[in-house]
Amino acid sequence: MIYEFLSNITGSEILGAIISAFLPLFLFILPFALIAVLLERKVSAHMQDRLGPMRVGYHGILQTVADILKLIQKEDITADANDKTLFNLAPILVFAGSYAVFAAIPFSSSYLGSNINLGLFFIIGISGIVVAGILMAGWASNNKYTLLGAMRSAAQLISYEIPTIMIVVTILMVTGTLNLKEITELQSGYFWNWLIFGGNVTGIAKYLLIPFMIVGFVIIYISTLAEVNRTPFDIPEAESELVSGYHTEYSGMKFAMFFLAEYANMFAVSAIVVLLFFGGYHSPFGYLGNTFGITWLIPIEQLLWFTFKGVGFVLVQMWLRWTLPRLRVDQLMAVCWKYLIPIAFVNLLIVGLITLL
Amino acid sequence: MRTYLNNIYMALSTIMIGMKVTFKHLFEPAVTIQYPDVKPQLPSRERNRLYVNMDDCIGCDQCARACPVNCIKIETVKSLPDEDLGQTSNGKRKALWVTTFDIDIAKCCFCELCVFPCPTDCIYMTDVYEFSEFERENLIYDFVTLTDSERKEKKDNYEKMMAEKAAKEEAELKAKEQASKDKPEEKK
Repeated sequence: MIYEFLSNITGSEILGAIISAFLPLFLFILPFALIAVLLERKVSAHMQDRLGPMRVGYHGILQTVADILKLIQKEDITADANDKTLFNLAPILVFAGSYAVFAAIPFSSSYLGSNINLGLFFIIGISGIVVAGILMAGWASNNKYTLLGAMRSAAQLISYEIPTIMIVVTILMVTGTLNLKEITELQSGYFWNWLIFGGNVTGIAKYLLIPFMIVGFVIIYISTLAEVNRTPFDIPEAESELVSGYHTEYSGMKFAMFFLAEYANMFAVSAIVVLLFFGGYHSPFGYLGNTFGITWLIPIEQLLWFTFKGVGFVLVQMWLRWTLPRLRVDQLMAVCWKYLIPIAFVNLLIVGLITLL
Repeated sequence: MRTYLNNIYMALSTIMIGMKVTFKHLFEPAVTIQYPDVKPQLPSRERNRLYVNMDDCIGCDQCARACPVNCIKIETVKSLPDEDLGQTSNGKRKALWVTTFDIDIAKCCFCELCVFPCPTDCIYMTDVYEFSEFERENLIYDFVTLTDSERKEKKDNYEKMMAEKAAKEEAELKAKEQASKDKPEEKK
């Protein structure tokens, strides 16, 4: 879509492909990371009755810009005993893994990196690369804390993939497709067509689906929260125990890449929740473009709605982070294997029976 | 099974309670004081940097003697009989030129013991507490209002006066001796 448009404009397919590949990074992830880091600091400060950054710019709005400038200037330290190849490759792999997710996410009806039929499957598969990157970083740093953090991270990500996939299968049974654009189009119209309210199924099945969809939403939200290593599931980077986990030994731009990947992941995960349960880019109340008859306004509105919903869930992630204490390793595993997976499985069976009706 | 469901209920409900608490705090005014811009309210009897009002100082040296860490150094010179140094604000006559009044604030322990003995209340604690310096020498405060040449002049004046006095006394003594020498001669 955007790729055809760009290759028509530039007259070269390669140039179009390159531009469309970098578009989400410069248009979306970098600005989002800048805003999200500031938002995180401001939200955490105000939840603890503090003020947060106040010095750089009005109420500290330029704080992250100053931080980025500092990170660029910093020395890139590589310790002697590090495994150089893996050490240098790990941040790139982690960032590539979280960036590739954005290829299949439809930001709006006319902006989608790649309209593949297995979009949801691709997202879940490609985000697995992040685990490899984290393990590489932890191992190559040659430091006991980083290795511990990486091992915990791998264990956590592998465990929490299972409930995520269970809920994805549940959604698959209702929608009958893994194409994210089609899933979103199924939820078009008003907000009662969203999958959390049973989708656009008619009749009694819609009302039967609602409680199970809410359960599914809660489970996928918890498990994706664990996949991006956010509190309360942040034992891989527990500051008080492991310094900062797998990226302890990194400095300068490599650290910034891990940081960027973390915030890109936060949004990617929220985007998945939005796409599966909250209508993707669709407005809950219809479009201004339709009422005024301006068709080109609709995609822009859709992009705004998508960003708005995604950032809303990122805010809930931050809210949870400053509310809940960190889970112990055994508690973490217990939540996943004893609670989330059985409930997700029962949910899967019940939703399957309802769709058979 | 019952404990299992109870666990789920407890987890979700306690998370909700916690989130309610943090949400309330999100809109509460911050307790932060933006320090260099806004200064905190100090207690009413706070002890900070010392200040000496030299107009009132009579050079009695009581503060220096009260100081437990010897951070006050005072030197005085007697004034000439015909000089008028004026009065302090509570009516005491000043009789000494204070040529040195150094307070080494780096040594000061802020005990306020020097403030109480002062007969004219000229040494007191201010509310200034931001006076850090890069050189330790800059923390020795000189409160004397006289210039260096004036100090020297006062000292010289005093020495001159003393010398004159001594000379006078000597002269008187000589005159007396002369007189006592002369008298018997007169008797004879």
